[in-house]
Amino acid sequence: MEEGKALTNIFYVALTGNPNCGKTTVFNALTGLHAKVGNYPGVTVERKEGKLKGTPPDKQIIILDLPGTYSFSPKSLDEQVARDVLFNRIKDIPRLSAVVVIVDAANLQRNLYYATEVIELGYPVIIGLNMMDVAAENGEIVNIEKLSRHLNVPVIPMVASKKEGITALRQAVIEQVSRPAKLIGVIPLFLNLPDYYKPEIENIAKLLRECGNAQVNPYSEAILTISDEKALGERGKNYPEAIYDAVHEARKRIESAGGDWKTDIIGARYEFISDINTDCVTQILNVQETFSDKLDRVLTHRIFGLIIFFLIMLLMFQSIFRLAKLPMDLIASGIGSVNSYVVENMPPGALTSLITDGVIAGVGAVIVFLPQILLLFLFLSLLEDTGYMSRAAFIMDRLMSKVGLHGKSFIPLLSSFACAVPGIMATRTIESNKDRLVTILIAPLMSCSARLPVYAVLISACIPDIKVFGFFKLQGLTLMGAYLFGIILALVMALIFKKTILKGEIPMLLMELPPYKRPTLWTIFRHLWDRFVIFMRQAGTIILGVNIILWFLMSYPKANVETRFNESRVEIINSTLGVSLTADKINDFIEQLKQNTKFTNGVETAETKLLSELKSIDKEEMSEWLSNSFAGRLGRTIEPIIKPLGFDWKIGIGILASFASRETFVSTMAVIYSVESDAQEGSLSTLANAFKEQKRSDGTKLFTPLTGLSLIVFYICALQCAATIVVVGRETRSWKWTTFQWIYLGILAWTLSFLVWNVGRCLGYN
Amino acid sequence: MTATGQSLMQMANGTKCMIAAIDLSSESRERLFELGLLVGTTIEVVRYAPLGDPVEIKVRGYRLMIPRSEAERIFVVPPIVENKG
Ligand SMILES: Nc1nc2c(ncn2[C@@H]2O[C@H](COP(=O)(O)OP(=O)(O)OP(=O)(O)O)[C@@H](O)[C@H]2O)c(=O)[nH]1
Ligand SMILES: [Mg+2]
Repeated sequence: MEEGKALTNIFYVALTGNPNCGKTTVFNALTGLHAKVGNYPGVTVERKEGKLKGTPPDKQIIILDLPGTYSFSPKSLDEQVARDVLFNRIKDIPRLSAVVVIVDAANLQRNLYYATEVIELGYPVIIGLNMMDVAAENGEIVNIEKLSRHLNVPVIPMVASKKEGITALRQAVIEQVSRPAKLIGVIPLFLNLPDYYKPEIENIAKLLRECGNAQVNPYSEAILTISDEKALGERGKNYPEAIYDAVHEARKRIESAGGDWKTDIIGARYEFISDINTDCVTQILNVQETFSDKLDRVLTHRIFGLIIFFLIMLLMFQSIFRLAKLPMDLIASGIGSVNSYVVENMPPGALTSLITDGVIAGVGAVIVFLPQILLLFLFLSLLEDTGYMSRAAFIMDRLMSKVGLHGKSFIPLLSSFACAVPGIMATRTIESNKDRLVTILIAPLMSCSARLPVYAVLISACIPDIKVFGFFKLQGLTLMGAYLFGIILALVMALIFKKTILKGEIPMLLMELPPYKRPTLWTIFRHLWDRFVIFMRQAGTIILGVNIILWFLMSYPKANVETRFNESRVEIINSTLGVSLTADKINDFIEQLKQNTKFTNGVETAETKLLSELKSIDKEEMSEWLSNSFAGRLGRTIEPIIKPLGFDWKIGIGILASFASRETFVSTMAVIYSVESDAQEGSLSTLANAFKEQKRSDGTKLFTPLTGLSLIVFYICALQCAATIVVVGRETRSWKWTTFQWIYLGILAWTLSFLVWNVGRCLGYN
Repeated sequence: MTATGQSLMQMANGTKCMIAAIDLSSESRERLFELGLLVGTTIEVVRYAPLGDPVEIKVRGYRLMIPRSEAERIFVVPPIVENKG
């Protein structure tokens, strides 16, 4: 008894409505969570749950945030979710106690189309009339009481982004679930259909009720089965055969009476809505052109639109380099002082080396890039929150259609610049399965934020810091080039896939262009904060772990090369200074020599010369040691594979270590170069300098511009990201496609790097 | 030109017109209907995208982009001037 009582006190309430009407904003305000919002349709692609805040202690109310949809005839995966939840087709969600329909007051008619469909299902419905501020800006006043009377449900005016109306909505929800549980209502439809529809609807509703599996108002389900081929499904699949046959007969009779069962119902609904609209909305101001319209005249202008689009992209990449420099230097010197502090205060030995070379050098090398990554997210978040995202899709649609995709694919691809994981999730909004698959396959070619540190370190190490055309930094341009190359490659691959293995029609692109909105500081801050947390967590777990393992792999086994190198040290000391030193006293002697030698500017004495020679012996010893370590052996094993790309075995270790996440490359190289160098001088601001000092066996520089480009191309293509692989597996539900993607990107990476390196050398660029 | 009017694509930016017929697959037609583009609905051509495709229209107070190939098969006539007095 008690148990049963406890269970009945959990209530499920769904939030539903058209795309981009503010559901997630309302959800966040009601639950205190921070689900992602953005000013374009299709931000939410899966259902989210959260507990309603401020409920009486004896009740628990679970709010469900659903992806937006235009109707109960879903065209894409994300739209399907709302229908499945409302039709009670999802097993782990119990019956809904109430439904909150969010309606965009500034776009009343189309929003009411869906809202009236939901009301007719028979649930207790509360309407959250959101975006009242936008409606007011457009000069419209909505009469709340009248609207409520027409729809026969409570209507709550809201401005969710300013938290207005949230308390009233919460109150309404709590009151609603406190009422004695009401069975699904058998309510009459709003629609005014021709007379010959009535007996048909009556008849099918009766059949639905008789067969006992009516989950919703039978009248509502009756018109859905009549008007929607997909809702009815195949014979005997969604509904018993009797109902299937009855619907078909009904359709025939409707047709012979001169009706069109596919569209009459939609038409009747809009007629009903038009009447409500005329009755409830007063245009008090005749706003000829809203602010958003004016902005669009420029931003989507035939000529300026394109120019601005490219300027925005250019600005994004230039500023990533310029604005981030100062905070990056600060972080680097901060980490540097932590490093020196550890070195000074801990006894030298394996532990200190693990902490400085393994942990601080490695993790620090990645953390330095935090400002750049946050800047990138700031830009993307501005694009998403202002509403420019849909404009980008509008501008780019033509280009995308040249490769057989459409503008809708552009949004997941743009999101992939932040991270391929949400990008791939966002493909759920693409109607055609094949197009969705193509988009998933090419999404990793968009350079994600994890690649930023890799590009950045390689660019600062390999590309000269000069300006071209007087203003643009060559380094910034190279970075932009890397992004562009990924984009072009993605388009080419899309074309190839669409022409070969994933042929298919492009379904019609219908996308809304929502009005521009001023993003709230809070949303942007939340967004950046979330990314910050994710980034630091990644650095503190995966990267830290990989680095510690790497440090061991690089430090052991301790090859016994010391005696051999000490012999050559003794030899050189004895011959320069004319002493007769023996190998067992060598360490003390060198220590003393270091202390006694004064470095006077420019004057080279026998002692200073000797010291620098000793130093190069140290270096050689370290290299030999590293190349004999486990990691070194591994690196040298794969060296034959990557040598044709211009990489040495140390880069090989970096590539191997970054198999699961790309930014690990940077930390790995930092660990390698700092294990190899004297621990004491391993300062982080000089990671790029450490790169610059690397030599090939023939004594030439390792990191020339050509090596840098070859390596960047490799990282543009190769799918070195465990998280992406997992999400592709989940979204495609096919290990075949997941493996295929990994392999094709691997082959692409190797081939293109090979071409860059070898063609470059033939042209004499090395 | 057809008996039911001109194609939407022939309309210049800023023209208001009324949908007279939609000659598309039933699936596309249904979706357009659901989005509020019914026969008899007044729409406004806002502008074409910089590269000429798609076209942005205003319908029932919101903006929608429609690809050229579909817009070609939407036929329109001059709107009936409503007397809002
Ligand atoms: N001006 C104004 N903007 C709002 C209001 N409510 C939400 N927004 C903004 O509208 C945009 C869409 O909000 P979301 O909450 O992401 O909308 P959604 O319904 O969850 O969208 P999808 O998940 O894509 O279906 C965001 O930019 C919000 O900041 C409001 O009342 N007034
Ligand atoms: Mg949402």
